[in-house]
Amino acid sequence: MSVHRRLEVSEVGDVTVVRFVDRKILDEANIQELGQELFQLVEKEGRTRLLLNFATVDFLSSAALGKLITLDKKVKAKAGTLKLSNIRPEIYEVFMITNLNKLFDIKDDEADALAAF
Amino acid sequence: MTDQVWQWEMHQRFPSETGAGRRVLNEVLDRLRADGWAEQEICGVHLALEEAIVNAIRHGNGSDPEKQVCVACCLAVDRLWLEVIDEGPGFNPQAVPDPRDPENLDIPSGRGLLLMRHFMSRVEYHDRGNRVTMEKQRGVGGCGCP
Repeated sequence: MSVHRRLEVSEVGDVTVVRFVDRKILDEANIQELGQELFQLVEKEGRTRLLLNFATVDFLSSAALGKLITLDKKVKAKAGTLKLSNIRPEIYEVFMITNLNKLFDIKDDEADALAAF
Repeated sequence: MTDQVWQWEMHQRFPSETGAGRRVLNEVLDRLRADGWAEQEICGVHLALEEAIVNAIRHGNGSDPEKQVCVACCLAVDRLWLEVIDEGPGFNPQAVPDPRDPENLDIPSGRGLLLMRHFMSRVEYHDRGNRVTMEKQRGVGGCGCP
């Protein structure tokens, strides 16, 4: 099992639930590390049913969005499922501005997301 | 810039590494807080300036620490003016593919400009595209971040 500095990883059944350590996902170095940790979940740990819970996230830069897009591609390449949940309205605005609300499967809360797997 | 009377000005120059950019960014945001700007507006400025600085470092200067980024900030009671300059070859912002286009939706990059334009009152590129100026009119718009 990998050591995670930017993520808190847990399991609910066969779904990997990921929460974020940083409230503001904007520092370039942290985003690179975050991306690597997310990608390792799929590529090294073989986790293909992922739920990203954004309850603790206040701020998200475009670089962080880029990592989510790459993660989505990696999950889809393994015929997996990625869902996002608990995105605050202020952050959801960023997803809407960029039309990424149409790319990602976004649920209101973790329970709804888990039920949808 | 017009003949606006500015209450505070800052001019900083730093190498193309994000740590130095962070310190400049925080100085601007701290000043906005000190002047009582709404947190929502500060959030929008934060995002836009972050994007502009990262673009200058990564895309403009190719993350070359030998190349400098210049950031200027002028603050009035109701207006913020920002300028970010890199030493790179520049680019044509009109030629950047629209990341909202369904064909481009899964491309990891290209959203910084979009977010800058959304959260600032005005964004303009100058010269060969290596200089961007942004303005934020106080009390207009914002990102709603806590």
